[in-house]
Amino acid sequence: MSTLHLDVYMPVVILIALALLVAGGSLFLGSLIRPHNPNKLKETAYECGEEPVGTAWTNFNIRFYVIALIFIIFDVESALMFPVAAVFKKFNEIGLGGTLLMSILTFVSVLLAGIVYCWKKGDLDWVKSYTQSTSTTPTYGKKD
Amino acid sequence: MNNSTVVSYFSQSNEFIHVHAWLSKALGFDATSLMAFVIFAVIALIIVGAMATIGGLGTYAERKISADLQARMGPNRVGPFGLLQFLADGVKMIMKEDIITTNADKFTFNLAPVLCMVGVFATLAVVPYSSGFILADLNVGIFYLVGMASLVGVGVFLGGYASNSKWSMLGGMRGASQIISYEIPATISIIAIVLLAGGLSMKTLVGAQGGLPHEWFLFHNPFAFMAFFVYFIAGLAETNRAPFDLPEAESELVSGYHTEYSGMKFGLFALAEYIEIFVVCGVAVALFLGGYKVPFDLGSGAMLVEKLGLDSMLSQNIGQLLELGAFVSKTLVLYYVVIWVRWTLPRLRVDQLMTLCWKYLTPIALFNLIGCAVWMYAFNGKSIFTLIFSAAASGHGGH
Repeated sequence: MSTLHLDVYMPVVILIALALLVAGGSLFLGSLIRPHNPNKLKETAYECGEEPVGTAWTNFNIRFYVIALIFIIFDVESALMFPVAAVFKKFNEIGLGGTLLMSILTFVSVLLAGIVYCWKKGDLDWVKSYTQSTSTTPTYGKKD
Repeated sequence: MNNSTVVSYFSQSNEFIHVHAWLSKALGFDATSLMAFVIFAVIALIIVGAMATIGGLGTYAERKISADLQARMGPNRVGPFGLLQFLADGVKMIMKEDIITTNADKFTFNLAPVLCMVGVFATLAVVPYSSGFILADLNVGIFYLVGMASLVGVGVFLGGYASNSKWSMLGGMRGASQIISYEIPATISIIAIVLLAGGLSMKTLVGAQGGLPHEWFLFHNPFAFMAFFVYFIAGLAETNRAPFDLPEAESELVSGYHTEYSGMKFGLFALAEYIEIFVVCGVAVALFLGGYKVPFDLGSGAMLVEKLGLDSMLSQNIGQLLELGAFVSKTLVLYYVVIWVRWTLPRLRVDQLMTLCWKYLTPIALFNLIGCAVWMYAFNGKSIFTLIFSAAASGHGGH
């Protein structure tokens, strides 16, 4: 039986090998015929003609981190949904559809509660609203 | 042999049995795995060759269709109607100098385009071209496809990060956040269809549909109809196509995550993108538009044997060709729509992009999922047209 399972996954391995071969082969072929005369200016990062200042590996906006966090939660939960969805039709045919439907509804309502929570907290807003912060802005140099 | 791959299709023929017996005798061991390997390798080569051509012709089609939409001529110098333009582009890319900036992370810089290629090529294993012509009908087919396709996101982000250029970094960050965000509505839409079909393998998903449009999952129920559009929009975003091409937004980020890439490494990114569009369209066809199914059971060839008295193997092959034609033509129609959308709609802003994904598509996709589950339970898995037809049949002449 184990060889049969290997047979089924054989094309996956072959395709990955082919992808490496195509990528490596075209790059190797290019290395035989393409010119190679580097100079200092050519090897700096492109910033529309300006000289690059500093590195690009700096601290990045925290919003991307929040999106990644929300993604992980949803991705794991959708991965858990797959097996339930796959057996739903069979269970429905033998009369157990109601049980499974209830479990799907419970699960999705947890997901929905999660997205409502994020929405309410404002984590889904890319541009944060400034209405709250404007009232407490310090008034620098302003005499009242 | 299990009955699920292209090898099992070939193993029905007499030639296979002859060669198998002869090889086993000559080598002194059971040659099944060896022959499977050879057939897989040859078919995989054919598919990769066909896909590279489709990717190349995709760039040609893109330029030609955009020219058409903007009342221009498009490429028309190389070959008839400019058809060989993509070969000329390929040769040019191979001959270009390969530049790696001094500050870049060299290993990751070289790895990123290869990762994109691997992710896209690995998904080709489960694309169902016809009922016999599918490389591997894995029992986790669609799950595997979703997982492998997300490797492209890793490639895009690594490409942007490793370049150590501000434009690339911004493009890579946007690409990563966009690809992972839109994976959620796409996956949930897929789950809704898995629910209707009752299985994860591509053959189960396509097999639960029929050849005629009213048997497709697109028209199974209103929720599946909406799920198609959610999946298609999310698919556009996952392949970084306009109106979601923020990672490479050429008017603000120069060229986004592949600003620093030159020559063939840039070519690999482009090739991976165009093949990925084909895969996304192919999955949309397989899940919603009936896949390779042709009407009146022509695919199995049973009708040809019965009516015309043809040889069973020959008629089976004809059926396979019909199925392949049905799948590829539907996919190419969607491919055209993708290009059409790109040259029609303006690009979204980042905040609009995130709003569309998290505030519209994800709740709608969840709603569709619940809707499909309730529909399956309430109507015992019958499609809306089955219900209408049975109601019409029972209530005939009643009014």
